[in-house]
Amino acid sequence: MSMPISGVTSTVGQPGPDPGAGPAAGQARAGTQGLARIGRAVRRNRKAAVGAVLLGIFILVAIFPGVIAKDSPSLDNYKPRLGVSTAHLLGTTAYGQDMWAQLVWGTRNVLIIALVVGLAATAIAVLIGVAAAYLGGAADGSLSVLTDVLLVIPLFPLLIVIAGYAHGGGTLVLILVITLTGWSYTARQLRAQALSLRRRDFLEAARVRGERQIYIIVMEVIPTMTSLIVASFLTNALYAVLFASSLQFIGLGDPNTQSWGTMLYWAQNNAALQTGQPLWAIAPGACIATLGAAFALLNYAFDEIGNPALRPVRRTRVKRAG
Amino acid sequence: MSSVRADADSHPAGSATTVGPMLTVNDLSVAYEMDRGAVAAVDRVSFELYPGEFLGIVGESGCGKSTLLFAIAQLLNPPAVVTGGNVVFKGVNMVGLTDKQLMAVRWRDLSVVMQSAMNALNPVKSIGAQLKDAMRAHGVTSADEIAKRSAEVLRMVSIDPVHLKSYPHQLSGGMRQRSMIAMALLFTPDLVIMDEPTSALDVVAQRSLMVQIKKLQAELGFAIIFVTHDMSLVSHFSERLMVMYAGQVAEWGATRQVFDNPRHPYSAGLLEAFPSIRGKRVPLTGIPGSPPDLSQPQQGCWFAPRCPKVMPVCTEVNPDLYSVQDVQVRCLLYGGPAGGTAPADAAAPAEEMSTGD
Amino acid sequence: MRFALRRLGFFLFTLWAALTLNFLLPRLMPGNPALAMLSKFHGQVNPGTIKALDILFGINTNQGLWSQYVIYLHHVATGNFGTSLDFYPASVSSVIGGAIWWTLALVGITTILAFALGTGLGMLAAWRRGGRLDSIMPPVFVITSAIPYFWVGMVLVLIFGITLHWLPTQGGFNVATDTPGLTPAYIGDVLSHAVLPAAALLITTIGTWILTMRNTMITTLAEDYVRMARAKGLPGRRIMVDYAARNAILPNLTGFAMSLGFVVSGAILIEYVFNYPGVGFMLLQAVQGEDFPLMQALFLLITLAVLVAILLADIATALLDPRTRAAG
Repeated sequence: MSMPISGVTSTVGQPGPDPGAGPAAGQARAGTQGLARIGRAVRRNRKAAVGAVLLGIFILVAIFPGVIAKDSPSLDNYKPRLGVSTAHLLGTTAYGQDMWAQLVWGTRNVLIIALVVGLAATAIAVLIGVAAAYLGGAADGSLSVLTDVLLVIPLFPLLIVIAGYAHGGGTLVLILVITLTGWSYTARQLRAQALSLRRRDFLEAARVRGERQIYIIVMEVIPTMTSLIVASFLTNALYAVLFASSLQFIGLGDPNTQSWGTMLYWAQNNAALQTGQPLWAIAPGACIATLGAAFALLNYAFDEIGNPALRPVRRTRVKRAG
Repeated sequence: MSSVRADADSHPAGSATTVGPMLTVNDLSVAYEMDRGAVAAVDRVSFELYPGEFLGIVGESGCGKSTLLFAIAQLLNPPAVVTGGNVVFKGVNMVGLTDKQLMAVRWRDLSVVMQSAMNALNPVKSIGAQLKDAMRAHGVTSADEIAKRSAEVLRMVSIDPVHLKSYPHQLSGGMRQRSMIAMALLFTPDLVIMDEPTSALDVVAQRSLMVQIKKLQAELGFAIIFVTHDMSLVSHFSERLMVMYAGQVAEWGATRQVFDNPRHPYSAGLLEAFPSIRGKRVPLTGIPGSPPDLSQPQQGCWFAPRCPKVMPVCTEVNPDLYSVQDVQVRCLLYGGPAGGTAPADAAAPAEEMSTGD
Repeated sequence: MRFALRRLGFFLFTLWAALTLNFLLPRLMPGNPALAMLSKFHGQVNPGTIKALDILFGINTNQGLWSQYVIYLHHVATGNFGTSLDFYPASVSSVIGGAIWWTLALVGITTILAFALGTGLGMLAAWRRGGRLDSIMPPVFVITSAIPYFWVGMVLVLIFGITLHWLPTQGGFNVATDTPGLTPAYIGDVLSHAVLPAAALLITTIGTWILTMRNTMITTLAEDYVRMARAKGLPGRRIMVDYAARNAILPNLTGFAMSLGFVVSGAILIEYVFNYPGVGFMLLQAVQGEDFPLMQALFLLITLAVLVAILLADIATALLDPRTRAAG
């Protein structure tokens, strides 16, 4: 759960390339064209391809869990603490539930959280970041202070405190709480890019054409920022997965929902590692790590797409000419 | 005087006849290795430079002149790489030498001045510290020596030595540029390569910097290769002039010849784009079109699509360099299969063109 | 100077925001959580404790919100955080005092180590572009940066603690056999108990430092002043450190500030997995035991620690970058 690495080179005020200018630097295009370009770039980049495939697998599992796992995850009349076998691919829990089924069905909860928080937090971040950059003055000042304060206050302890007061909560509470506290990092990046775009020529051209500010923002600025917005979505999704799972792990989610985090909670409560049932803890953790890795790989690939200098280089040898 | 400074008497300016060329560039080619293939940025450039000479290289942005400069100084960054030719400086071919092997020559005999001092100076170190780094890298260890020489070079460019403690962002643009030149002269090298050192300055500062450079050259006797896009600026100060286009030498010879009587249509076009302030009023003509995309190699002359004097053979045959009265021109008007069918008016000096100033 | 004052102002403002958040949260939650907690402890706590709870959570709202707020701030300023309910009748301050050192040592040392090692490795990877270090590291550390902290901890517990029995996996020291004191036995025990948690923390945090340093270093190496340094014939090591790294590390220091939040979360979870007696573990215990006064105080403490760390990073930046000094 380290800090998302993408975009650090492009925070405001630092030397470095224009953040997220993307393969279409300088040209305003409709959002869909930007997405198409991104799609092509993703296919070419190996990291992105791996990440996309992994993500795709998880999405499929979330949509069709019944196809892969025959049992219901809550069915608990198996013999408890069974080991790995063909009947139970991962064995059974201390309560006699099939672990494989729990793992598969738990995917849905995690992906929903990732998706919803990702979209919602990114939407808030775009709104606040771009508004701050364009309104300027006092509005920018107060929005920026709000963003910075939320950035500095340690979020996980805050989440723990809130969830603690709420005596834990279901998935909805988790989503709400994580979204409301987690938009600040990406908002800062988006604001930085919006600021740098303000001075670009094609926007000047739009202004001279007489377009209204709102039109400029929605039709010209935001499409140019497509690359960074997608990267922000990935960052927020990753952050959501890790924090939600962590909260569930320490018991602040609803322990009765089917999720990887709750599996870990029950595993920890039953000292799974120490009582010879390591898979109960290792398997869901591995899934979280893999899903997180998928988001992180895609995110990192976006960094490379936006900043070609970071791409892998072949060592060139200076030719010894005669 | 400190011992760091080389003996100035050994390089009287302009003593071209007594010694052989100090620098010989033979068929130097540089390419950028990109994902989609190699792009030739410099294509078989050759020239010679004698001690104390001032050579100007002009051309549009992207014509390869900066790449050429960095290739000569062995400062190319990947993906740029030398793909052919050699650079013989004081008898040693520098292409292919490692950084360690080049250390003996670097800065002592050959130094570099870059375009923007704000970018070329380390922002977190003071001017004095950067001077010290350079001196210590070449064996000067006495703190006394370092202090003395640092103050000396700053005074040479009219900067108060108190600025040794200043950081680059604390100096004005002109001062930064001059301190870069001071740094370049630490060991009174034989050759100073300058990449558009005046482009970042306003016109007045440009002029005064050029005058200062010329004065220093007269005093210390170093040779200069000066790259710029401003032809009229460099023509006042250079002895020889090279015009580059699309990574190739388009025209090359004594400044007076090339400037007064440009033979290559591109050189002529460049000159016409800079009207003289005192000459007759002439209509401003630019060169239509834009610089070619070097990643799409084409048949024939690179300049053909924009050339006002283009002939059918120009799109089929790649012109070589042809000699015309001590000047070399890469144009089929002066050689090749067309047989040098130069129209009469190209050989005669144009009356409308004043000699600038 | 002005820059420093502005930063200080920002920190004080953030601290105030955290205090206010602390004050408002329980009062905003539907059904004051403190009331529920109180009924659980009914009869077991003395009036003094109830009064403290009143101040912290606004149970007996016979005073207006504003006056509650003022009294609350006054109490915080005098270090009075009330009495812990889990550790009744110990005061919150005394309970925290015991745990702080464990966390400071574990997290402090590991973070500095991770930062130093990570920055160094990132610098080397960028310097030898295309070398083995550079091609292996990015994908590897991109992945490790996405692994949940607690999972790494669990894997280490499984491998080194349970399967191999090399290292202890619970607690800060062996409570059964050791008494705290500056004896070699105790110190050795403490160290052996710290290895796995520290390793987990190191593994998960170092990835960020390596990758961001590598990225900024690559950008810096393309700068003109690095080319100039080569042109001057400066030795490679000096260029790498003095010209490139010194500039490349600056964005990293700023990023350090932002990543502290994640380091804190990691520390909490790792302490949980290892039952390590630090403030993170204590926070989780407080939540589970509904010891809200303790929980509040710990939250403030962690926030304060993060702010101090950021301030230190800012000072380091000012020391390294003369332009920041000038701006202030």
